[in-house]
Amino acid sequence: MIGEKMLTIKNLAATVGDKIILHDLNLTVKAGEVHAIMGPNGSGKSTLGNVLAGREGYTATAGTVEFLDHNLFALSTEERARKGLFLSFQYPIEIPGVTNIYFLRAAVNAVRKSRGDEPYDAMDFIKLIKEKAKFLHMDEGFLYRDVNKGFSGGEKKRNEILQLLLLEPKLAILDEIDSGLDIDALKIISDGINQLRRSDRAIILVTHYQRLLDHVIPDYVHVLSKGKIVKSGGPELAKELEQTGYAGL
Amino acid sequence: MTRNASIKKVLAQDYQHGFVTDIESDTFAPGLNEDVIRRLSAIKNEPEFMLEWRLKAYRHWLLLEEPHHWANIKYPNIDYQALAYYSAPKIKKDGPKSLDEVDPELLRTYEKLGIPLYERERLAGVAVDAVFDSVSVATTFKDKLAEKGVIFCPFSEAVHKHPDLIKQYLGSVVPTGDNFFAALNSAVFSDGSFVYIPPGVRCPMELSTYFRINAANTGQFERTLIIADRDSYVSYLEGCTAPMRDENQLHAAVVELIALDNAQIKYSTVQNWYPGDAEGKGGIYNFVTKRGACRGVNSKISWTQVETGSAITWKYPSVILQGDNSIGEFYSVALTNHYQQADTGTKMIHIGKNTSSTIIAKGISAGYGQNTYRGLVKVMAGADNARNYTQCDSLLMSDHCGAHTFPYIEVKNNTAQIEHEATTSRISEDQLFFCLQRGLSMEDAVSMIVNGFCKEVMKELPMEFAVEAQKLLGVSLEGSVG
Ligand SMILES: Nc1ncnc2c1ncn2[C@@H]1O[C@H](COP(=O)(O)OP(=O)(O)OP(=O)(O)O)[C@@H](O)[C@H]1O
Ligand SMILES: [Mg+2]
Repeated sequence: MIGEKMLTIKNLAATVGDKIILHDLNLTVKAGEVHAIMGPNGSGKSTLGNVLAGREGYTATAGTVEFLDHNLFALSTEERARKGLFLSFQYPIEIPGVTNIYFLRAAVNAVRKSRGDEPYDAMDFIKLIKEKAKFLHMDEGFLYRDVNKGFSGGEKKRNEILQLLLLEPKLAILDEIDSGLDIDALKIISDGINQLRRSDRAIILVTHYQRLLDHVIPDYVHVLSKGKIVKSGGPELAKELEQTGYAGL
Repeated sequence: MTRNASIKKVLAQDYQHGFVTDIESDTFAPGLNEDVIRRLSAIKNEPEFMLEWRLKAYRHWLLLEEPHHWANIKYPNIDYQALAYYSAPKIKKDGPKSLDEVDPELLRTYEKLGIPLYERERLAGVAVDAVFDSVSVATTFKDKLAEKGVIFCPFSEAVHKHPDLIKQYLGSVVPTGDNFFAALNSAVFSDGSFVYIPPGVRCPMELSTYFRINAANTGQFERTLIIADRDSYVSYLEGCTAPMRDENQLHAAVVELIALDNAQIKYSTVQNWYPGDAEGKGGIYNFVTKRGACRGVNSKISWTQVETGSAITWKYPSVILQGDNSIGEFYSVALTNHYQQADTGTKMIHIGKNTSSTIIAKGISAGYGQNTYRGLVKVMAGADNARNYTQCDSLLMSDHCGAHTFPYIEVKNNTAQIEHEATTSRISEDQLFFCLQRGLSMEDAVSMIVNGFCKEVMKELPMEFAVEAQKLLGVSLEGSVG
């Protein structure tokens, strides 16, 4: 419920290979909140998402991260996902030869299984996914194409949101979900995100632009620079940055 | 941490089909000479022409050398005198007329394999000619096939009932002296399947044989002959699995396919013989000669294979494109894990005019596995407008495995169009992370990515077979990333 702990990052440092990317990073996200993270290219925003999701090669070297009641780093990548951590990809990944609907059903059922829920059978799942695809104005043809293969940039992003809507995570980290979207698509995807806003769920939006934040109004805005959060504020901070840029920070 | 743990877990999975059925075997003492062949032929009550044929093959075999020198495989010398050349389960004199008469131990074996005969019959409408060791013990759906005039029977039966067809076609695609293993097979083959589809008949069901090697130290020498007469069609499925053993077992089968005018043969294999353990101990040696002849105009032969088993696979299902406008296809997935070695591919020999061939070969190497594609596309002088498309893709799962590609192209007619594409890639970390981040286990992630990689081949398999093959890739591979 609102105000309950979702994610608590304390003094996090992380390396990629042998390069230190994040250091002394602190962030607290509570259930029901939407946080936006902005910051210059190369400041470590995607790295943060990867560290939290448990990508191979992204190593936390100091600090602690609590996710719900768990020590995040004690969980494997897939356990984090099954407990409700979702990361949308800045550059979505293609899987040749595997249809979207097959992949998504396997993912949704893996998560359900871990919670002790019955898996969806093929018919029920088709019903569910068609409903979500319709909401996102996605042609059903996309369900039967190989995962992200040959999708346009915007279509890939829409497909990320389809995954988000199906997996219904507790904490969604959306990395530049708005980049490459046309105006109508931005509206549709924002509606998708807003639909997920709930008192027991939190969302972290990584973005460069105010335009997404016009649709999905954040509770907090943070600026990440050179691997740490250097400034935090309310929605007005994003508008301010739009005017001034990062130079003054 | 998570990666290594899951890899270890999967690598620890035992070969699921490793068990030995306790059926009394009637087995020859080890050794091979003309007397052994005479005894073998006598036990099978064969006509004189078969014995002569075997002896001729044997004499030729003595002159041949094992193909150690060119194939990219390594194994200790096989002592052919240490092998036994006949082993039969004890069955009632006249053979079983229904499943009730089949040794219950055998039926239990099939159950453990997940392929109970009656289930397969009922669910898939597949006629199963079950080969257990060397003698066929159960043949089903005969009546339904007989109605259409289709002959599907153990080879040993065909020798008696259809000697003219045997005389006409046996060895006509793979001659007795074709190669070392084919010659050995011709001399000592135990049994196998015979199929004849009469003119104009579309075989009403998929024909299927499940092989199983059982008795210790017994070479298994299957012989399959399939003839599709003009305007006919048949789809044949071959699936194999074997119990776990410590000593290596030799398997040297020969399969001959003949397609006459406008006929089509689709031959699908899922091969899951014991691959040896994680240290490379044990496992089946699989030296197979498979060849089809598109004799008639507009005829077509397709080979589809999913090879996940055996310690060593040496196998080149080929097509001789003799008839004008004939078509040859080869779709292959070969997977090598641990210390498995595969040297496999195809030969497409274009003789007739406007002949075309397609080769899609997917090699997956994991652990210390060595995977070689070896293919020959040959266009003869008279083969005007021949076309070939070859695509070879290799997927590497570890730092220690190997993928090798040897495409040979010989063209003697300048109207030929030959296309060759090859790729080698490592399993993608990005794809794995994506799958894990969506909640899939490492096992399921690897299985999914690899099955996706093999899709062009898998979709050629009949539906129920494809499902089995998908699972097999999963079991054979998952977790072997590293
Ligand atoms: N695998 C890697 N190997 C080496 N350097 C890396 C790797 N991944 C990230 N980096 C480096 O880490 C730094 C932070 O990258 P990151 O992708 O987190 O930035 P970002 O804030 O998301 O930038 P953008 O706004 O451009 O997406 C960059 O300098 C980048 O080059
Ligand atoms: Mg980024």
